[in-house]
Amino acid sequence: MSEQSSPVIELKSVAKSFGAVKVLTDVNFVAYSGQVTALVGDNGAGKSTLIKGIAGVQPYDSGTIHFEGKEVQINAPMDASALGIEVVYQDLALCDNLDVVQNMFLGREMVRKVSLDEESMELKAKKTLADLSVRNISSVRQKVSNLSGGQRQTVAIARSVLWENKLVVLDEPTAALGVSQTKQVLKMVRNLADSGLAVILISHNMQEVTAVADRIQILRLGQMVANLKASETNLNSIVSHITGAENLSLTGEALS
Amino acid sequence: MMNQANMKATEVGTNPEDSNQVLTLKQEAQALVSGIRQGRMGSLPAIIGFFILVILFTFLSPVFLTQLNFANLLQQSAPLIILALGLVFILLIAEIDLSAGVTSGLVSALFVVTLKNFGIPWWLAVLLAIFVGVAVGLTIGVLVAKVGIPSFIVTLAAFLAFQGLQIMVVGQGGLYRVETPTILSLENGNLSVAAGWLLGVVLVAFTLINGLLSRRRRIKNGHQNKTIAILYLKVITLSVVIFTSIYLLNLGRGANPDFQIRGVPVAVLVVLVVLIPSNYLLTKTRFGVHVYAVGGNPEAARRAGIKVGRLKIIIFMIGSGLASISGLMAASRVGTVDASAGRTVVLSGVAAAVVGGVSLFGGRGKLTDAVVGGLVIAVIDNGLGLLNLPSGLNLAVTGAVLLIAATADALSRKHGTVNSR
Repeated sequence: MSEQSSPVIELKSVAKSFGAVKVLTDVNFVAYSGQVTALVGDNGAGKSTLIKGIAGVQPYDSGTIHFEGKEVQINAPMDASALGIEVVYQDLALCDNLDVVQNMFLGREMVRKVSLDEESMELKAKKTLADLSVRNISSVRQKVSNLSGGQRQTVAIARSVLWENKLVVLDEPTAALGVSQTKQVLKMVRNLADSGLAVILISHNMQEVTAVADRIQILRLGQMVANLKASETNLNSIVSHITGAENLSLTGEALS
Repeated sequence: MMNQANMKATEVGTNPEDSNQVLTLKQEAQALVSGIRQGRMGSLPAIIGFFILVILFTFLSPVFLTQLNFANLLQQSAPLIILALGLVFILLIAEIDLSAGVTSGLVSALFVVTLKNFGIPWWLAVLLAIFVGVAVGLTIGVLVAKVGIPSFIVTLAAFLAFQGLQIMVVGQGGLYRVETPTILSLENGNLSVAAGWLLGVVLVAFTLINGLLSRRRRIKNGHQNKTIAILYLKVITLSVVIFTSIYLLNLGRGANPDFQIRGVPVAVLVVLVVLIPSNYLLTKTRFGVHVYAVGGNPEAARRAGIKVGRLKIIIFMIGSGLASISGLMAASRVGTVDASAGRTVVLSGVAAAVVGGVSLFGGRGKLTDAVVGGLVIAVIDNGLGLLNLPSGLNLAVTGAVLLIAATADALSRKHGTVNSR
């Protein structure tokens, strides 16, 4: 959880406009390995646009990206994958008709000569899930169509650790989940960071953010308005940064 | 690897034998039942339907359950099954090929016409014809995957155009005889008695050894295995079916006692030669997993780095390639090719695949489903043909069976979606 290390990714004054609309202006952003960096902001604040730039889906107009200290260009999803950046999207992108192992290895299957190496893949999938202390998946050979929302999210996240990634971006991983499933996924997010990865967590749920994140960076109207340590802030202060109001007297309950 | 296996073993249980834990036969049966309840029936209804039809026709016609008709049924179903195998690939990625039947007809026409008019060796004509078939698939694939026209429209256009093309190739009212002995023997030849038995032994031994080897690999890696009873059950059922069939086919079945026809039809071997490598491709390779992924969720497949467009093009090439082989088989069976060859099987390929249990919505189904489905369609055709009923009836019955199968498919999909939410 230390910050002496240099950031895995550092965005310096990136900007993006769509026609006359400036979605991001002069945004700086950092994420460290071993940490969960939460990215919060109201709807339309520019969270998705910022993430799309990192994922290579939609490159920035200006600004620089440093990855592990070196300046890089991310102009396509392939560039991002090559660097070790994995984005887990909200809509999951799993195939219902395939089993857990097949989904985790989709597009990067292990082969022996020509044949699929099912045993090694199954072994590696089990190990990955065990490393993340996932206990809610009974068999890795069941079809994803049989899994609950939380289990699916687990599979989608676990998939991102399989590939020696350095940075994992999670886009609202708990948005559609119930209470206990949310808890499980958050625990997994924490484990992900503790295993040494840099994790960027996009979320609307402030309690979840304060519970799991190390740092909280807040976007408002396309500008980065705050970069806070989770341990040194509270809900009120986060909300006032998000909304732009200085003195809001809201209770925690009202926010949940 | 060894290290990981040991680690896994200790993780699952303190007793190393626990790592080799096994699902019991009862658990397997329960899983099967719950799968059926959720509408994932695979080819089970088609298998049951097949036996019901066989029993029905046995009562209705004295000729139906004879060795001659049994061999005839297998030969009759071969072109259909091969056509349906190609359509399984296409249905798996949630596309359709309405033109597969006419592609097969066009290819058979090209084969006989080039052979007759250009004096080239027969094998060159075969290669040329299949090449044209694959090129048709390439064109359809590019129009669907790169230009973005729905496959329904592209193949409907091809369906119309190829019928016209076939008339032009053969000539109005033209009729060509198939005179190549090798091609004729595909649908009319029989394996020797010994070769038939050998084929059976090889198939059963292959299934058994393959099953045992796969179990050993899984145990070595500390994975759960299904109970070995499943494998034995499978091998025993397969042996009974295969060896009974071979026994019956090896009895004489000609009308003339001095000149007996006996042996497993070569057509069966042709189907196996197409089926086994295709099945390997679909179940054991990266390509196969990608086919299912594209059918299940194209967006997920794309994000996983699968080149969806290229895969679709290859699939259409496989589909049309198999349709070409089916066309040559049909030509071999009929012995002649005219302007309407292939027209009767236009949509029977799709029907066979869907009746066998392949989903029209993509991502679900196996190649063996097409074999079962093809047999069902062939039995309907064959059985009704023996009853001297009006010829329109078998098309109507086939249509009804297809509709029932498609209904089951749609309902199970609806059910499945509800369940997964």
